[in-house]
Amino acid sequence: MTAKTFRGGVHPPEFKELSHGHRIETLPAPERAVIPMIQHMGAPCEPTVQEGEEVDLGQVVGDIDAFVSSPVHASVSGVVESITESILPDGRKSPAVVIAADGSDRIADTVAPAGELDRLTPDEIRQAVRSAGIVGMGGAAFPAHVKYSPPPDSDVSIDTVIINGCECEPFLTCDHRVMLERAGEVIFGLRVIMRACGAERGIIGVEDNKPDAIEVLREEIGDAPLEVVPLQTKYPEGAEKQMILAITGREVPSGGLPLHVGVVVNNVSTSVAIARAIHTGMPCIERVVTVSGDVVENPKNLAVRVGTPIRNLLEAVGGFSEPPARIISGGPMMGLAIYDVDMPIVKASSGVVALSERLIPSPDEQPCIRCGRCVDVCPSFLMPLYLDVYPDESALDYHPLDCIECGSCVYACPANRQILARIRLAKSEAAARQR
Amino acid sequence: MNIDQHLDPSGLSLAPSPHFRNGITVRSLMLDVVIALLPATVAGIYFFGMDAALVTASAIGGALATEAGIARLRGEPISIRDGSALVTGLLLALCLPPGVPLWLPVVGAIFAIAVGKALFGGLGMNIFNPALVGRAFLVASFPTLMTTWRWPVGSGDWMAGEFDALSTATPLDLLRYEGVMTPLTDLFVGRVGGSLGETSVLALLLGAAYLLARGVIDWRIPTAYLGTVAVLAGLFGVNPLFHLFAGSLMLGAFYMATDYVSGAVTPGGRVVFGIGCGVLTMLIRIYGGYPEGVTFAILLMNAAVPLIERFTAPRRLGGGGESSAH
Repeated sequence: MTAKTFRGGVHPPEFKELSHGHRIETLPAPERAVIPMIQHMGAPCEPTVQEGEEVDLGQVVGDIDAFVSSPVHASVSGVVESITESILPDGRKSPAVVIAADGSDRIADTVAPAGELDRLTPDEIRQAVRSAGIVGMGGAAFPAHVKYSPPPDSDVSIDTVIINGCECEPFLTCDHRVMLERAGEVIFGLRVIMRACGAERGIIGVEDNKPDAIEVLREEIGDAPLEVVPLQTKYPEGAEKQMILAITGREVPSGGLPLHVGVVVNNVSTSVAIARAIHTGMPCIERVVTVSGDVVENPKNLAVRVGTPIRNLLEAVGGFSEPPARIISGGPMMGLAIYDVDMPIVKASSGVVALSERLIPSPDEQPCIRCGRCVDVCPSFLMPLYLDVYPDESALDYHPLDCIECGSCVYACPANRQILARIRLAKSEAAARQR
Repeated sequence: MNIDQHLDPSGLSLAPSPHFRNGITVRSLMLDVVIALLPATVAGIYFFGMDAALVTASAIGGALATEAGIARLRGEPISIRDGSALVTGLLLALCLPPGVPLWLPVVGAIFAIAVGKALFGGLGMNIFNPALVGRAFLVASFPTLMTTWRWPVGSGDWMAGEFDALSTATPLDLLRYEGVMTPLTDLFVGRVGGSLGETSVLALLLGAAYLLARGVIDWRIPTAYLGTVAVLAGLFGVNPLFHLFAGSLMLGAFYMATDYVSGAVTPGGRVVFGIGCGVLTMLIRIYGGYPEGVTFAILLMNAAVPLIERFTAPRRLGGGGESSAH
């Protein structure tokens, strides 16, 4: 069977061999967990606990009465030491609840199984998913329950649920390990989402550089009416709209959401989090993070409590073989360069990647030579070179809002243009003008 | 494990994503073009003698000096390291008659870089292919020098001192004015009169294969260009292979029309650009005032690029059929 794909994209070196063979190891809970109130797209949470209050594992510590939002939970049991401000990898500041762990992992009494899946109504599932604070764990952190709720005034109906197991970012292998080691939960999570959406078709899309994951998932599925679809190994194969196009042939309309074409996409780790929320009622307090990079001593895939300082992860992999020139939260294509290793891991943290000077690009830009490589690789079929002229007004005519910020244009640019940085600026101006 | 011994937070560099590049640079692309042109350059020297090497050196020297001089005048860092002026100088040399006095390539190179490129704003900003701008200027200013062709000595007889500058006509001249068809094998190997780098189809194809294999040039432009010429030659009742092999078509189709800056960036636009070059080349060859039309065909199509791009912009994803241009 030939692997499906879309037109465009790039083939960065993968570096997955550094960590893909390493089984998920559980990192001990931190002594102090920092739980930011912003871990999702939408309305920030407000702390629901007081300084000095005792909290249990899985207890809500932040929430807000807004539909596009998602509560946050204590990832350790202990005492609220302070309510402070934390800096997020993207540079924003967020209020955060700091919990001093008591080491007992005393579970909150709100944590209870949701019940038999066959007896749960779609509304009950959406409620359980929201209560468990589940957001897109592939990086976008979009509240999951919102994806399963078509706007009431629309005639949209969701017929297909796709679980995203592409993991097209270099270095990252956490989703690969999750598919291998938690395949049952991935499949169960898919069933839960299908029931919540009333979808008949359930698909897991996996890049064909992970044949073992494809095999394990197919074995787990057995005769059930679910499919594993191999996709070409190419960046950004796991981008939502591109993946929907590759698998279903449907085009998400400009400015629209997958559900406008009857599709919901969730990452494999999100699927596992949903499975746990239904099975045990445990909210999203843990995730698997790949810690890798060419200067990381022993790259690993670590199961980490949300709120653990990045420092703890770097210590667990034995530190660095030489001083890193850049540390990235996420992967090298879309991740954010960070300057502070005391930032906490959040629900959407898929990786911590430390790179040497040898792997990071020079900051020097040259003039665009109009080679057209950005046009060839753009998976949204835009003309990035004409967006690169921003702040020249003409850039706004070239549809900056359709850019998915994958960075393929910059990767392929021989003149080392910071095209995406300019597109981001053009996007914010275009969005402001639309309002 | 204490990570602080290897971690200097002030040594961490911050930059927007992506944090990877594919390693292809302007310089590496330009050097690939130079490498691809080496067989044609060597063939030119082999067929036309040491003078061809001096013409090449003069054009390159003129281009590099002009590029460096203009950068100095503008107070900018010297930009000859990017290799683009080297490519312009070399391409200009390859489309000059081999026996010209050495001041001619220098004048052409100065015009190519100063007027063809710098006046438009430098690298990336020029509308026209600078080497062809230089050549067009020389053709208009020194028509006799630019149409005096040297007989190819071929097997290197010039090394034995038996070389004399017999003048001859190009195969396109011979067909047009005397109705004589040059044998295709001579055209393919390059034993014919013509510009110093255009005569050997074999050498040019070798370099073209290198550029295509390395992904330096897009196959669409040469394919559309050569295909159009072949079809039109057939329609005009001339052996298509003659029109493909004669004149500067191979040099133009693989090395001039594929110039990034002055060409179209859209895949569809490259096809249209190539077809347009082919049509104009054949119209000039058959009906025009010059026997050869590659230079002016490409320059005219350069001018049409903004229009071509507007109508060939890719259909953006989710745009309901709308293009990615405005």
